[in-house]
Amino acid sequence: MRISLQEARDRIPQRDTILETTVRLMVPFIQLYGLYVIVHGHYSPGGGFQGGVVLGASVILFALAFGLPASKRYLSESTDIILANTGALIYTGIATLCALLGGMFLDYSALAKILPIDPISWHSHGIFLVEVGVGMGVTTIMVSIYWDMASAGRLDEGL
Amino acid sequence: MESILDHVIAKYNYWIYVVLMMIGFYAMIGKRNLVKKLLGMNIFQTAIILFFISTGAKKGGSIPILDKYAALQGQVDVNQVVNPLPHVLMLTAIVVGVSVTGVALAVMQRIYRKYGTLEEDEILHKIENE
Amino acid sequence: MKPLALLATLITGALLLYGTADFAAWGDPQSPPNRNISVRYVEEAVKETHVPNIVTAVLGDYRGYDTMFELVVIYSAGMAVMGILRRRED
Repeated sequence: MRISLQEARDRIPQRDTILETTVRLMVPFIQLYGLYVIVHGHYSPGGGFQGGVVLGASVILFALAFGLPASKRYLSESTDIILANTGALIYTGIATLCALLGGMFLDYSALAKILPIDPISWHSHGIFLVEVGVGMGVTTIMVSIYWDMASAGRLDEGL
Repeated sequence: MESILDHVIAKYNYWIYVVLMMIGFYAMIGKRNLVKKLLGMNIFQTAIILFFISTGAKKGGSIPILDKYAALQGQVDVNQVVNPLPHVLMLTAIVVGVSVTGVALAVMQRIYRKYGTLEEDEILHKIENE
Repeated sequence: MKPLALLATLITGALLLYGTADFAAWGDPQSPPNRNISVRYVEEAVKETHVPNIVTAVLGDYRGYDTMFELVVIYSAGMAVMGILRRRED
């Protein structure tokens, strides 16, 4: 028996209490885990890319459960684009800052001229700053790609 | 016959990657549906990622996360730590693969919007008849 | 078309399988990829960067230029998807 797309859509309930409660409970923990993966990338498997994808998945999960307009209230479109640009700018900015301060491009030990701690420790902190930029970029770009694909570019209804 | 079997058992990991790669390659050039082609490309990519990771493996080696204070004093046995370089390179490859998949799916959605199909020959037919 | 594709696939696979004869066995610590620059990374990375996770150290420091353009790639992919799919309200 074949049914039309509209009929199939009508049969799916618009709101589901179990699903919405589960997602509302899970999203903060997923985000906490994503932040942990980014921040703890020096001492355990992880880093900007992995944590960024986990953070992006939390917003995508929110969008799947509550609909695309609700997820745009959660993380607005302009914030998304601004964060994506900031992430890319943090990485390239730190790289350029190292060069401006007299080191090589991306040589983090040159940053010791700003905050005088051990130049070798600055390598560790520089990697952390850069990973934060990567995480911001990956999170927002994943969410943006999902929004565009799920709503065929209209950003109204979605899946 | 014995020697061929011995050869296969000694290098069985490479055989798995080659078979996986052949599946992906066949899907890329033999199938007519664009989504199936993309799936084939992803299988191909997985085969190459597995191949690279396996070149860095060491028997009995642990993960490339060291004890900081032991490493600062130079007490690291290189043979006990797997090669970190393929892991870094394949992290890059995975991210680029995600980007390529995303853009390819977007282009497919656009093609479907214009021609109403994702079958290669039907699209070519419609382009010729325009 | 399909037999031709199958033939091409089989030829490629056979050539690659012939090539595996020269590869190192699985898990050999003395194989060529394990004897090159990675030895220096394992021995010196923690001393030079104070990061115990060597993968992060190589990704963020030794190969930081690579990672920077990786971020640029993913950023461009997002912008490309936006450019391909977005349409104006009309």
